[in-house]
Amino acid sequence: MNAMLPILVPALVKIVVILGIVLTGVAYTTLAERKVSAWIQNRYGPNRVGPWGLLQPVADGMKFFFKEDITPAEAYRPLYLLAPLGTLIPALVTFAVIPFGTSMTIAGEAHPLVIAPSMNVGLIYILALSSVGVYGILLAGWSSGNKYSMMGSLRGASQVISYELAMGLALLGIVLATGSFDLSVIVDSQKGGWTSPWFIVPQIIGFVVFTVAIFAETNRLPFDLPEGESEIVGGYHTEYSGLRFAMFFMGEYANMITASALIVVLYLGGWHLPFLDYGWFGPVWGGILSMAVFFGKIALLLFIFIWVRWTLPRFRYDQLMGLGWKRLLPLALVNMVLLATFYLLMGRPS
Amino acid sequence: MILKRPTLRWWEKTYFPAVAKGMLLTFRHIFRPKVTLQYPEERWALPPRYRGAPILLTGLDGKEKCTSCKLCQFICPPEAIKIVGGETEDEKEKFPREFTIDMGLCIFCGYCQEVCPVEAIWLKDQYELADYDRDALIFPKEKLLKMGRKPPYLPGKEKPLEE
Repeated sequence: MNAMLPILVPALVKIVVILGIVLTGVAYTTLAERKVSAWIQNRYGPNRVGPWGLLQPVADGMKFFFKEDITPAEAYRPLYLLAPLGTLIPALVTFAVIPFGTSMTIAGEAHPLVIAPSMNVGLIYILALSSVGVYGILLAGWSSGNKYSMMGSLRGASQVISYELAMGLALLGIVLATGSFDLSVIVDSQKGGWTSPWFIVPQIIGFVVFTVAIFAETNRLPFDLPEGESEIVGGYHTEYSGLRFAMFFMGEYANMITASALIVVLYLGGWHLPFLDYGWFGPVWGGILSMAVFFGKIALLLFIFIWVRWTLPRFRYDQLMGLGWKRLLPLALVNMVLLATFYLLMGRPS
Repeated sequence: MILKRPTLRWWEKTYFPAVAKGMLLTFRHIFRPKVTLQYPEERWALPPRYRGAPILLTGLDGKEKCTSCKLCQFICPPEAIKIVGGETEDEKEKFPREFTIDMGLCIFCGYCQEVCPVEAIWLKDQYELADYDRDALIFPKEKLLKMGRKPPYLPGKEKPLEE
């Protein structure tokens, strides 16, 4: 047991920190969503609970606690009760491999700011988990015993399957460039200088494909067909109420944060800023600053997520499938062939 | 009308120009002045002849103008007005011993004001009448007279009558 402690304690501390940041982030993303949507519609948004409405998420949470938790008579109870966890947990567990800062030296020991450091299958782990996430949606819709929920979950499943392919192919471009599935290596190979730019520059096609696909994976507008309220009531969570509905809600926003983190790690240089070396700030402050930069980038992407939601209308179902299979998939293939040719002729950047 | 479908160039078919245009539009809206009226703190400037709560007016002698003719009670569509008449030594000979308006029933149609021969009942600019208790919404004569202390506007001349 004592031999385990030096590994266990830092990992636990990191887990607590990350869970704290992500869950607070989830709460405040809901507020940001309401605020930004209000601003875009020339309104103020929630501004009554606390200064500038900053305590609104607390009030919302309290409300969810006191709501009745209804199980429909037609529902298949065990899965109905379990399904909300199926969307929240994969979104949170993904953060285990996401490097959220440079390594921090505390008491003479270097701690890389990842929960599971140097996991050499990080990218595959993420792809696997993002597919597991759809089970929550599928089970919720199926076990509700409601035709609209069923429709929503079927849409969710087909959407995730359609867009996962393009997403995976876009990711292969990154693997080609770095020769590794390890996210720390991927981050370190895009320091942001002239020689190792962020991957958004050399792989702009891959970035576009990945971003569009991840919008579809997180069921965000313009791809929110699984919960298209104007067509199928509330989609897969029609029958849910109270805390269980809150869990779906949190799952959606946790997914958004995870997706933003992925985009940052894979295409926007992780915690790196161009021409900035965290060594200048010392071992501790450098680590904290790198975390701040990382989460700042995530916040910016979350704003874009919200901004897109309140700009674009929902796709028609055939348009969604058409875009996934007939546009994104060929585009991702072209991107891969181009990159492969390029790296074959020019040699891989180390 | 026949709308000609525009032929799109290849870059327009990627959706990106249209998406960018829309995003720019919504982004600019973030900085526009807000249209929300922050209600309890901010209020609308009411038009001078706004039809709010019906109230009772007092004459120059300080007594209610109402002569208890009950025309308002008869015309009131939701039957919100109840009057019990009585005799008085004054010139008008009759006065309302009791005069209640149930604000929970009142629909603010203004028929009572229209029908009143002595301009004793008037729809004033008060609109915050909500209460947790239904019975508290039945306003007695004293309350209605108190609400009408400040004279409202004369039709035609949009300024207050002198007291």
